[in-house]
Amino acid sequence: MISLEAHNLTVAYDKVPVLWDIDFELPTGKIIGIIGPNGSGKTTLLKTIMGLIKPASGYVKVFEQDLDEVRQRVAYVPQRESVDWDFPASVQDVVEMGRYRKNSLFRRLTQTDKEIVANAIEKVKLTAFKDRQISQLSGGQQQRVFIARALAQGADIFFMDEPFVGVDATTETAILDLLTTMRDEGKTVVIVHHDLQTVSGYFDHLVLLNTRVIACGPTAEVLTQENLSNAYGGQLTLLSKIQSIIKEKEFPIREKGFEKR
Amino acid sequence: MLTAVLIGTSCSLLGSFLILRKSVMIGDAISHSVLPGIVLAFIFTEERAALPILIGAAVFGVLTTMFIQFLQRKSNVQEGAAIGISFTFFFALGVIMIALSTGGNVDIDQDCVLFGEIASTYLDKIFVNGYFVGTRSILTIAPVLLIVILFVVFGMKGLRLTSFNEDYAKALGINVNAWNYALLMLVSITAVLSFEAVGAVLVVGFLTIPPASAYLITNNLSKMLWLSVVFTLLSAVGGTLLALTLDVTISGMIVSVAGILFLLTWSGKIIMTKSKKIEKLSEV
Amino acid sequence: MNNLLEFFSFTNPTVRTVVLGTVLIAVCSSIVGTYTYLRKRSLVGDVVAHAIFPGICLGFVLSGSKNPIFLMLGAIAAGWIALVLMDAIVAKTKLKTDTAQAFILTFFFGLGTVFLAYIQKSGSAAQTGLHDFLLGKAANITQFDLAVFGVISLLLILLVLTYYKVFKLISFNEDYAASLGYNVKFYRFLLTTMTVVAVAVGIQAVGVVLMSALLITPAATARLWTHKLQHLMLIAGIFGALSGIFGAYVSYAAVNMPTGPWFVVFLTFFALLSIFIAPKNGILSKLKQKRINANKINRENVLKTFYNLMEHGAEQINTQLILEKRSFVPRVLEATLHKLKHQGLVQRKGNIYSLTEEGMVEAKRVVRLHRLWELYLTKRMNYKEDHIHGLAESMEHIITPEIEKDLLKELDYPTQDPHQSKIPY
Ligand SMILES: Nc1ncnc2c1ncn2[C@@H]1O[C@H](COP(=O)(O)OP(=O)(O)OP(=O)(O)O)[C@@H](O)[C@H]1O
Ligand SMILES: [Mg+2]
Repeated sequence: MISLEAHNLTVAYDKVPVLWDIDFELPTGKIIGIIGPNGSGKTTLLKTIMGLIKPASGYVKVFEQDLDEVRQRVAYVPQRESVDWDFPASVQDVVEMGRYRKNSLFRRLTQTDKEIVANAIEKVKLTAFKDRQISQLSGGQQQRVFIARALAQGADIFFMDEPFVGVDATTETAILDLLTTMRDEGKTVVIVHHDLQTVSGYFDHLVLLNTRVIACGPTAEVLTQENLSNAYGGQLTLLSKIQSIIKEKEFPIREKGFEKR
Repeated sequence: MLTAVLIGTSCSLLGSFLILRKSVMIGDAISHSVLPGIVLAFIFTEERAALPILIGAAVFGVLTTMFIQFLQRKSNVQEGAAIGISFTFFFALGVIMIALSTGGNVDIDQDCVLFGEIASTYLDKIFVNGYFVGTRSILTIAPVLLIVILFVVFGMKGLRLTSFNEDYAKALGINVNAWNYALLMLVSITAVLSFEAVGAVLVVGFLTIPPASAYLITNNLSKMLWLSVVFTLLSAVGGTLLALTLDVTISGMIVSVAGILFLLTWSGKIIMTKSKKIEKLSEV
Repeated sequence: MNNLLEFFSFTNPTVRTVVLGTVLIAVCSSIVGTYTYLRKRSLVGDVVAHAIFPGICLGFVLSGSKNPIFLMLGAIAAGWIALVLMDAIVAKTKLKTDTAQAFILTFFFGLGTVFLAYIQKSGSAAQTGLHDFLLGKAANITQFDLAVFGVISLLLILLVLTYYKVFKLISFNEDYAASLGYNVKFYRFLLTTMTVVAVAVGIQAVGVVLMSALLITPAATARLWTHKLQHLMLIAGIFGALSGIFGAYVSYAAVNMPTGPWFVVFLTFFALLSIFIAPKNGILSKLKQKRINANKINRENVLKTFYNLMEHGAEQINTQLILEKRSFVPRVLEATLHKLKHQGLVQRKGNIYSLTEEGMVEAKRVVRLHRLWELYLTKRMNYKEDHIHGLAESMEHIITPEIEKDLLKELDYPTQDPHQSKIPY
């Protein structure tokens, strides 16, 4: 079964496209890596999937449905730097946010909710820290708080933006073990990742990204020398020249109207 | 004094969230920009009725946020600059409107806009069937405070979530903009009601200083809210008493006291952490 | 009308003083404002404007007079303490910049109102003027004030001229400046002092609340017109001075009209005007660019359709045929054909259109770019064949001759596109 489908997806900031007509499908029940160089649009892709950015064209379907219909089944783990860790909240408070629902925002959390939250905290081994203020946690612990929040949400597919940044090797292994368990329970985990070294050990499936999809498929098939040099090689000067012209001249990326050939 | 406490409580509850959202200066901008709304309401209704003023204020509050966004989006002006341009413009409009209509029926003058004076609101008493019910400003601010408290208590989850992690809230399908506007709307309403009592500038002090002191010493959101109310009470009572003794402006004194409390809290915290360190060292 | 002549002939000495005063103020604020804007510290001006208020009161109490020099010293001292305290709050606590700004701003202002009330109670005769600092009163500028403003403006300009390069570097990137061995702390101190001084001067014309507009608005407006630092200052200065003069005029012509608010309204007016008409960044010029693009796209699409039709052996090309090949709005097609004919790219005989020689060259160019880009997408960017057409449709209008050269070189002068069509040269 297909967990995620992106079709003809073009995403632009200020008219300048950073993802250019992307097309790919992801399987269910796998740990999937999205890799690519800095600024290749990985975060942008994740945000578009989560509906935080509107694409210029194309669409994304999750479990073959629009995101709005399956929001409960989709969890988002943002980049750790994206929040203010000085915020007056404890581990418990943050994980509870995973139980917040659009239409029950004004209600109190139920007993079941509380149990699910406690369970999620237990799973990431933070029970001892559950009342601690979040700024007093290490980088790895903060990351685990975010993962616990996603777990508490009870989702079937998880999108994580660089969960291994600022995390030491032991924590990294611990997180990976957790993700593996999740996968074995049939969950799908999609991770934006940086470190090429660890890619083959971590992921079942890969999307190699650089403004466009260079390759998408089982890890072994994607990790070829040719694909990597395509993604990381510096032959996109042409593309960046064009991007600056688009910005300067306000050209439409997608022509309106219909053409026959 | 009761007026100050009511306004202060309302301000400090809302201000706590402004601080956490890093949009204090937007609150500042709004508290200045509502001026034309107030003046227009005065001009059209020729009296100081609460409802038109609230509507005028809410309209200009939203207008300000939209203007700020327009500047940022259409011309890439930095956020700070966009805020600065917007509120000075609206405030200037307000002052000009006052100047245009002086001699008419408008009984607000520029001094009042800048300073406000809580003491003067005491003169404006309201009697029902001959019984003294309260001053007018108390009667208008009390329901607003009630709304603010209800908003904070019942909206706690939404406020917490959208303040902490906007993207995540959006990903859950929550309408972040609605929460934002609701908060800013309440800020502008509170700002307007505080206008004649404390003036445009010092409203911001009520919004910021007590929650800032509270934020220094706690890591818990509800405690922060409680503590900021406590700080408000202390400054309101202390400030009023001091002002009466020295015979100076009450609102200015309240904000000064609040500021001094902040400095005391801060140095207290520094001393505490230092002595803890020394303890630890001596244990070793 | 009389007013207008009287005012702009500048024969009235009061008018002269006021105008000169506002112009000097505008110049000071614009210079300093440009730097605060570039350093992304726009709201600092607002903070300083409020914070110097207690300083002015203290200066008054200590000197017992309204001597601008004492008041200025008080203002500078207070402004300084405020900024140091503000930076300390940001550095030492978890409070963020905006909270620190709001705290300093209101706390100092609160102290100021208390001092003012105290002074007023003591009933000194000269105290009446202190109010002018709050609301600003350009009309009350005296000859002596003017002299002080003049000296300060000169000093500021001298400082900027002397340290122009360093200031530029620091505004751009402090860390980098430090790595080059500049004493960043010192220059930051200098810039901050300049800000405080400029605010202390400007506040007398527009008052505490509106002061930040004098710093921010001209700089932000100028930014729409130019990228160059020296032009920024110049343009900001011009907008500032113009607004000042207009503001002074309004308050001169209309009874009971304050100068400061009108000053600010004119500043904002110029800002909004610039948002619309500024070259390149303005809304109008963007719209115009869009129209030019749309026309270009239409023309090139028509030419391309000619080529495609001819490629498939069509000889008698009329509008009917073109519309069958590619959907245009008929009216747009007519207009575009007309324009092309005018440019000598297309000729018309009765109902039949054909390409001229030049038209053929141009049509080939468009088709070539389209096919080259398709090839680039498949070869270099791993796109599948069923995707590339749409992308190339828009790219054929964007690619410049320079990029075309790069493309040709990179693809090694190919002859066939991915759909096995010939690439025309
Ligand atoms: N808000 C924005 N406005 C304009 N451009 C943006 C914005 N966010 C990102 N970009 C640009 O879009 C491109 C892709 O950015 P994105 O953050 O998606 O990259 P990334 O692959 O996540 O990079 P990294 O590995 O550094 O996290 C970059 O060139 C970036 O400069
Ligand atoms: Mg990223």
